[in-house]
Amino acid sequence: MANTLSNDQVLLTIPMLPDMELAAANLASFIAESMSFNDEQIEEIQYAMIESCINAFEHSRSSDQNVIIEYIMRADELEFKITDQGVGFSPENRPVRQNGQQDLYPEMRKRGWGLEIIHALMDRVDIRSGENGTTISMVKRKTNENS
Amino acid sequence: MANKFDIHIRAEQEYAVLETEGYLNDALGEQLSQKAQDLIEKGYNQLVINLAKTALINSIGISILIEIIEALDEREGTLNFCGLSATQERTFRMMAIAKYAGIFPDEKTAVADFQ
Repeated sequence: MANTLSNDQVLLTIPMLPDMELAAANLASFIAESMSFNDEQIEEIQYAMIESCINAFEHSRSSDQNVIIEYIMRADELEFKITDQGVGFSPENRPVRQNGQQDLYPEMRKRGWGLEIIHALMDRVDIRSGENGTTISMVKRKTNENS
Repeated sequence: MANKFDIHIRAEQEYAVLETEGYLNDALGEQLSQKAQDLIEKGYNQLVINLAKTALINSIGISILIEIIEALDEREGTLNFCGLSATQERTFRMMAIAKYAGIFPDEKTAVADFQ
């Protein structure tokens, strides 16, 4: 499933099936660990990866039902590009799955947290979306204590 | 992809502890919600959810935890979490869960909060 592109890139394609986001998160964890990211950073990467994949699974309406993940290793940072070939969305109008129920506590709303979690846990996030799909690019930098 | 998960329940006289094991996604979340609902129906309104053996949670799993908070709130009950990792606690606080449920380092302190 994982293809090596060059010495510093790995490409993974996962089908949009239940729990396949764990495959992407586990590979991210393995690569981050090999680059000596600390445990907390590795956990943050895993959570961001899971949310990126779930976002694509739930909202892309992709016809090929696949998500392509590019892992790019650099000296001081790790970049992930999560791409689907779905219908796209406007990051300003974030997709929220409606369950038809009113949240009891609006500040503790149940859904629509994925992108906020990703932004909170990663150092840089860029979202490119159009009618041919969406790519979420997210970067985690190594902190000084690791370098 | 196989995701092994399990829920262990310890029901005491005044409270019950639900200990999850495995990835807390929609599937484990729904099971957890059902077991919490069963305990609430039996009259338990003080629950602890111990996440020490749950390394990963997704936002759908967290949304189900919020439903449990709401169900307990309707009975004027309390939900305390324990065993969270640093990232889990940060995410819970970001989602305002800490305003409506307790967050404790371990089961002992989570239970002691009920007394």
